[in-house]
Amino acid sequence: MDLVLAIVEALLLVTFVAGSAVFFIWLERKVAGRIQDRLGPTRVGGRFGWLQTIADGIKLLVKEDLIPADADPMLFRLGPYIAFCGAFTAYLALPFANGWVAKPLSIAIFFMLAVMSTEVFGIILAGYGSGSKWALFGGMREAAQMVSYEVPMALCVLVPVIVAGSMDLNYISNLQAGGIWNWYVFHDPFTFLAFWTYFTCATAQCKRAPFDLAEAESELVAGFHTEYSGLRWSFFFMAEYGAMFAVSGIAVLLFLGGWSTGLPFVPELSSTFATWLGSAEEPSWLGWVIGNVINVVVFIVKGWLLVFVQMWVRWTLPRLRIDQVMMTCLKYLLPISCVLLLGVSVWQLAVSPWVEPYFRYALCGVCLALFAWMAWKVWTTRSRLPVTVTGATNLWNRGPIPPELVQKS
Amino acid sequence: MALTDVLFYLLAAMTGICALAVVVTQNIVRAAAWLLFTLAGVSGLFFLLGADFVGATQLLVYVGGTLVLVVFGVMLTAQSPFVNMRISAAEWGIALAVGLVLYGVLAASFLISNPKGVGDAQLGREEMADSILLGQALLGQWQASPQGTMSGLPADIHLRNRLAVSYLLPFEIVSVHLLVVLIGAAYLARAKRRRLAGPASLPVDGTDVSPPVDGQEQPLGAQT
Repeated sequence: MDLVLAIVEALLLVTFVAGSAVFFIWLERKVAGRIQDRLGPTRVGGRFGWLQTIADGIKLLVKEDLIPADADPMLFRLGPYIAFCGAFTAYLALPFANGWVAKPLSIAIFFMLAVMSTEVFGIILAGYGSGSKWALFGGMREAAQMVSYEVPMALCVLVPVIVAGSMDLNYISNLQAGGIWNWYVFHDPFTFLAFWTYFTCATAQCKRAPFDLAEAESELVAGFHTEYSGLRWSFFFMAEYGAMFAVSGIAVLLFLGGWSTGLPFVPELSSTFATWLGSAEEPSWLGWVIGNVINVVVFIVKGWLLVFVQMWVRWTLPRLRIDQVMMTCLKYLLPISCVLLLGVSVWQLAVSPWVEPYFRYALCGVCLALFAWMAWKVWTTRSRLPVTVTGATNLWNRGPIPPELVQKS
Repeated sequence: MALTDVLFYLLAAMTGICALAVVVTQNIVRAAAWLLFTLAGVSGLFFLLGADFVGATQLLVYVGGTLVLVVFGVMLTAQSPFVNMRISAAEWGIALAVGLVLYGVLAASFLISNPKGVGDAQLGREEMADSILLGQALLGQWQASPQGTMSGLPADIHLRNRLAVSYLLPFEIVSVHLLVVLIGAAYLARAKRRRLAGPASLPVDGTDVSPPVDGQEQPLGAQT
């Protein structure tokens, strides 16, 4: 029975990781097409371009799988699987809704960080085993970058852990139920800053631009996966997209309320529905499931939004140099995260009793007001750029395009 | 045979076979790959025992840290693409002797301390050492085994929830020791600064005299 349950859980998770990878590849194309005004992704592939992703998948499946003559065959074969296993195993401890987790662990966040740190080993083996200088450079950069960024990332994770007093992701998320001001990102100034620092480190940890030095196309061909093709190559990308959602999920659970809807006066949904459909003494099983399904949807949408932000950053910012990447981590992010850790400890011990009831409302209000103002400005500002051939910069415009702005070509 | 038994034998066999492969293989990076599976198997055994904190620490420290540094070191220092070790018969002999002695000590200590091979259940230790217990032992809030004689608290203090055993102080001492080692390693390995030319070659107006490096890094003073 245990075995059957374990197999079902593992299959569900594999399906989720692989399915979301397909979705993210489609999203990546569309985001890139919109932001960088690329002609292909905004035109090709049927309605919303769904055929393009299917074509990609078929191409990867039937592409010739070759191993270079200079490569070490064993290490070359091992690399993709280790990278994928590292990203996938992290999902075992990731709760998708209240109590819906493959393996409930009291140290879930520590387990996830530990397992995701093994992903780098597959990439180093791939880079080294390919027997190519580009792959070796990519692997070495990757090793240096991931080992360095692990440290500030783990320190930032500790900040909400100190506030919650637990490393159990399910428990931490349930603590943030209720209104949006209960989310830990608004708890105090240190968790607020820790969220942004964590997200920066997590982007670097997933080797996404602007930190994608390991595969820098313009200088290293494709970095550590230069020599890979077909299915092995796609394993690396499933690992990358899997890790993107995993770190986004951690950010959602630790800072953004997990499956909390953020609506005021709405408590945690599954237990609410359970007592609503049943009674307080005898909670309804069906109500619990219905509430948790809504929880899953809320959690996954939040995770997708953070993944979208990672893509947005990737197609907006230029790539850093390798020394800048290391300097950002060791000279800025590491001291910042140490200060945040110390600061949140002091806050919890000394400051919190006095300002706890007021501060989160103030910070939350300021952030929402700022967000509303930005959204208003974006919505009402007419683009000053000349309209390009594809009309992509006309995305936010309303009304006809003024004739002096139309590019004559 | 229960599922946990099957898993135990699978993991133990994987750990043992991969550990043998680490010793037998001659390519350093391949040996590191086998070591990865050995360490992952050991952490799997920890997870099977319910000691999830120790298992995750094993993964984080050894696989994510130490092993990466091993491969990183090989990549930085290797002269040829794939490094192979040549091992003489004498080295094999010494390694075999050392390994057998270590195994003998382990087996002897186990047999002497636990002669009838009784398990935890018969000894009355029912609860598993999970991560909460471990954390409490670290803070001295729970009696833990083995009994630590060193304590972070004064011996005569009697707090309600604190017992005589605390591992926090030894733990911190070890971590400070690691920091000392890291600083020492960084000091030893740091690049020696090239000394600038002596005062005789300094020009009168005191401009920088570092040699021009192929047009790119010319100091501003040298151009004027």
